[in-house]
Amino acid sequence: MPAVSKGDGMRGLAVFISDIRNCKSKEAEIKRINKELANIRSKFKGDKALDGYSKKKYVCKLLFIFLLGHDIDFGHMEAVNLLSSNKYTEKQIGYLFISVLVNSNSELIRLINNAIKNDLSSRNPTFMCLALHCIANVGSREMAEAFASEIPRILVAGDTMDSVKQSAALCLLRLYKTSPDLVLMGEWTSRVVHLLNDQHMGVVTAAISLITCLSQKNPDEFKTCVSLAVSRLSRIVSSASTDLQDYTYYFVPAPWLSCKLLRLLQCYPPPEDGAVKGRLVECLETILNKAQEPPKSKKVQHSNAKNAILFEAISLIIHYDSEPNLLVRACNQLGQFLQHRETNLRYLALESMCTLASSEFSHEAVKTHIETVINALKTERDVSVRQRAADLLYAMCDRSNAKQIVAEMLSYLETADYSIREEMVLKVAILAEKYAVDYSWYVDTILNLIRIAGDYVSEEVWYRVIQIVINRDDVQGYAAKTVFEALQAPACHENMVKVGGYILGEFGNLIAGDPRSSPLVQFNLLHSKFHLCSVPTRALLLSAYIKFINLFPETKATIQEVLRCDSQIRNSDVELQQRAVEYLKLSSIASTDVLATVLEEMPPFPERESSILAKLKKKKGPGAVSVTELEDSKREGGELNGGSDRGPDTSSTPSPSADLLGIRSSAPVGTAPASAGNLLVDVFSEAGPAAPSAAVNDDGFLRFVCKNNGVLFENQLLQIGIKSEYRQNLGRMYLFYGNKTSVQFASFTTSVSCPGELQSHILSLNVQTKQVEPLVEGGAQIQQVLNIECLTDFSDAPLLNIKFRYGGALQNLTLKLPVTINKFFQPTEMSSHDFFQRWKQLSQPQQEAQKIFKANHSMDTEVLKAKLLGLGTALLDNVDPNPENYVCAGVIQTKGQQVGCLLRLEPNAQAQMYRLTLRCSKDSVSRRLCELLAEQF
Amino acid sequence: MHFLYPMCCFNSLLNLTCQNQNNYIQDHLKSALFDAFCLTADVFNRPLCSLISLFFHFFSSFQMQFMLLFSRQGKLRLQKWYVPLSDKEKKKITRELVQTVLARKPKMCSFLEWRDLKIVYKRYASLYFCCAIEDQDNELITLEIIHRYVELLDKYFGSVCELDIIFNFEKAYFILDEFLLGGEAQETSKKNVLKAIEQADLLQENIDFQMRLFAAPS
Repeated sequence: MPAVSKGDGMRGLAVFISDIRNCKSKEAEIKRINKELANIRSKFKGDKALDGYSKKKYVCKLLFIFLLGHDIDFGHMEAVNLLSSNKYTEKQIGYLFISVLVNSNSELIRLINNAIKNDLSSRNPTFMCLALHCIANVGSREMAEAFASEIPRILVAGDTMDSVKQSAALCLLRLYKTSPDLVLMGEWTSRVVHLLNDQHMGVVTAAISLITCLSQKNPDEFKTCVSLAVSRLSRIVSSASTDLQDYTYYFVPAPWLSCKLLRLLQCYPPPEDGAVKGRLVECLETILNKAQEPPKSKKVQHSNAKNAILFEAISLIIHYDSEPNLLVRACNQLGQFLQHRETNLRYLALESMCTLASSEFSHEAVKTHIETVINALKTERDVSVRQRAADLLYAMCDRSNAKQIVAEMLSYLETADYSIREEMVLKVAILAEKYAVDYSWYVDTILNLIRIAGDYVSEEVWYRVIQIVINRDDVQGYAAKTVFEALQAPACHENMVKVGGYILGEFGNLIAGDPRSSPLVQFNLLHSKFHLCSVPTRALLLSAYIKFINLFPETKATIQEVLRCDSQIRNSDVELQQRAVEYLKLSSIASTDVLATVLEEMPPFPERESSILAKLKKKKGPGAVSVTELEDSKREGGELNGGSDRGPDTSSTPSPSADLLGIRSSAPVGTAPASAGNLLVDVFSEAGPAAPSAAVNDDGFLRFVCKNNGVLFENQLLQIGIKSEYRQNLGRMYLFYGNKTSVQFASFTTSVSCPGELQSHILSLNVQTKQVEPLVEGGAQIQQVLNIECLTDFSDAPLLNIKFRYGGALQNLTLKLPVTINKFFQPTEMSSHDFFQRWKQLSQPQQEAQKIFKANHSMDTEVLKAKLLGLGTALLDNVDPNPENYVCAGVIQTKGQQVGCLLRLEPNAQAQMYRLTLRCSKDSVSRRLCELLAEQF
Repeated sequence: MHFLYPMCCFNSLLNLTCQNQNNYIQDHLKSALFDAFCLTADVFNRPLCSLISLFFHFFSSFQMQFMLLFSRQGKLRLQKWYVPLSDKEKKKITRELVQTVLARKPKMCSFLEWRDLKIVYKRYASLYFCCAIEDQDNELITLEIIHRYVELLDKYFGSVCELDIIFNFEKAYFILDEFLLGGEAQETSKKNVLKAIEQADLLQENIDFQMRLFAAPS
């Protein structure tokens, strides 16, 4: 092949590129580029029509400038003009520019589509390929609309050139991926499958990608591809390395095609036809055998290509998970790779073995490599390989080797790379809990974890150890003793102090008999750490102290003295000061009985209601969390977990028992009898009416999912009631603000912000309202009307912000308005047959959302029915074969579209659990409804 | 009371589900996965986000997400995106990735996990070739895709160097398009790819030749 100085060389372009390369500084480069841009602009604007060559040259320069990272805002039109040039290179540059620079919603798309259409019908294969490449590169919906029906025709037409077929197959694949709804299956599909038999290997290579994707979505229609793929694979595998000519790569016959064939087979279960299956097993065996043969070349490309096929074959073997013989052979092969000198192979072997570890046939075989893997964890120089080793250890862990693996991981943790410490900590914590035979081992492990990598122990981990200690009385004494010992270390991590404070506060009495850990010794030990700790830990310690007063009355005087000293009772931190004051007061006023009730040992944590879960519920779907939401959830999370920045409580029912560790949501309310509760309202009065709070309050929010009217919010000052009605995609909400005090509220303002508004892209709700009167007299009620229009489906409720002055202090309150997507439901009645037909139609994995959860409310049939009706859907009788189950159907009306939703709720009265499944034509809606509803039952 | 962390079983399920792209198996697995998912969700929230994104990812079939060529100085020489992304996002990814890859030592393995993707890279002289693939894709075959592309460039330019790619960037794109389309291998035969490019060049020369004939000074 000659070197590149071809006829189309653009001298001007080369000069420009050299100029840029010679620029000494960024500024010089920008200056040169601006000069060029000005030049090109004037050329394009000039009256003199440019010839094709100059146009091509300038467009190419613009492209170069863009690829350097600068913005280009002109030249698109000229590029589009090039498309209709007869000269190949001009056309080619035009297409390149379009592929790189034109985004899908450009208004030029119509012109571009026209040019493409012309080229597609030109019968000139080079032009057709250019056009197909462009479609595949841009792959926009507009292009799919224009060409989705044309391309299958080109693909299967008898007279299409091979090269065009190849481009057409992959072009169609791209369109199918971006707009599957526009690519209609039809007569062409069966002919596409037969491309697997095509003489031209390139055509097979391109077509198989398309077939794989199509058969993932429509496995039944493409079933025939299995036997075709097996026979093709068999022919390749058994061919000599020279048979396939240019498709042999470093002595390996058609490695890309082989990998793709093996990948296609992974879309299906093992072939049922015995002959086909036998042939396939033979292929897999041959591939495994070839791995043992001496290499035909020393080049790394040879071994890479060979092993690429091997790994793909192993994936298929794991996928079938039915051939113990092959699984064990695969495992042995990978075992050899574990000690290979190529880092890449060691990495892949570790990774692949992870999946083998989960198969019952090969789990034991994987376990035999434990020493090698542990060695890899210790000696690998590349952190990503060590990471894989840690993953594999985690995957091969079971009861028999848990102690060894956890010990190894702990010792690795001391030197582990910072980037993977947190994950390692989680893994150790999980394994320790999962395989804990005796819980003293578990406690030891977690405390070790805190000792070794305290900074990486997330809150969840130390919450968890506390939950477990509280829930298991057989380990409490041991835990108390162990933390006591751990705290004696001269320097211990703050997380250790937290765990220690909590556990000694609860169970210090269990070790108080030993004079070496008498109550006062315990207290002094804890208090010696106090001054080194951060505010939240100090707050926790103060709570431990008040618990001590209850556990050990003899420490009362000492502790009261500590609480009374200026550094506590006048602490500049509000939280600490408040605790000190309140605890001091509580310990001096309350009788021992009251004290004992209030400071009773924490009740066992309900397993499913952990603080982590509560935090999770605040988390939204994947990826799409906006900054504001994140902040909200942080704030809410902070509130739930009693962080030091906890704003004053705005809810009207203080939950006094919950604050000790701050795992408020997990502590059952009502541990203290009502009388004590009343007393505590005064003592612990946190609901300071004077302080402003901006934290979002959504307590009331979930109560309104299935109903439209009620009291949304109430505190000492204000009550907010709601009445709402919805029709199609419109709604009207009446808000009633009641002033519960006898004093006027001044500067009363409300504002509603909608989801999406802050992110500035798509507004999903349109809420109109008029401002209310700024004065609300004592005892008076004012009303506000909101008109709501649902533009598109949404997850986030609008926020209502209320500000007013009460006795000079500014009150600031933010509530989630109970506008949820289900409000725009229209019930749909349908027969059992229709229902299941639609259910089947909505079978794409994303369209379904499912959740299993514990019943939080009565499982009474009538109550459930009322709730489901309140949801807005039609409750369908005689649809589900199991009469215990509930199925509903409805259509959500938004301005832009209608979203069909089907719901199925399966109660299990015995386990007090539900399984909720939703299938909607839009996946975000399924997810959101599932989130909302899981809270309702 | 039991304290089983369901993470392990979750992981195995996840792996299984990723591999089983068959619909009917997947339905069952998915439901089991969701159960495990909910249980896991109770325990830890940190891995959750990545799990969710994984969950929604693994139904898309495997393909290359993008390919980048950059120099040892971190200058981007070629970028090909097979998934729609905004320019801002592209720039961010490029910046992050160039930094990550350049920081790696020579003997390290050619694969690394980055966000939810897997990066496969290889250095040829002063140029880094870097592909992003999905979690379940075949790393080794991707490595050889890179190599084959280098071979194609080499053959076309005649012992290719970075300057060739700088000054003939459009050719580098054309060759790539002949070889990979939409992130999938279109034609793996070196001969056939080069033939296609050569034909195009010939076409041009013929036209030029004709043009010169017809446009001869009268």
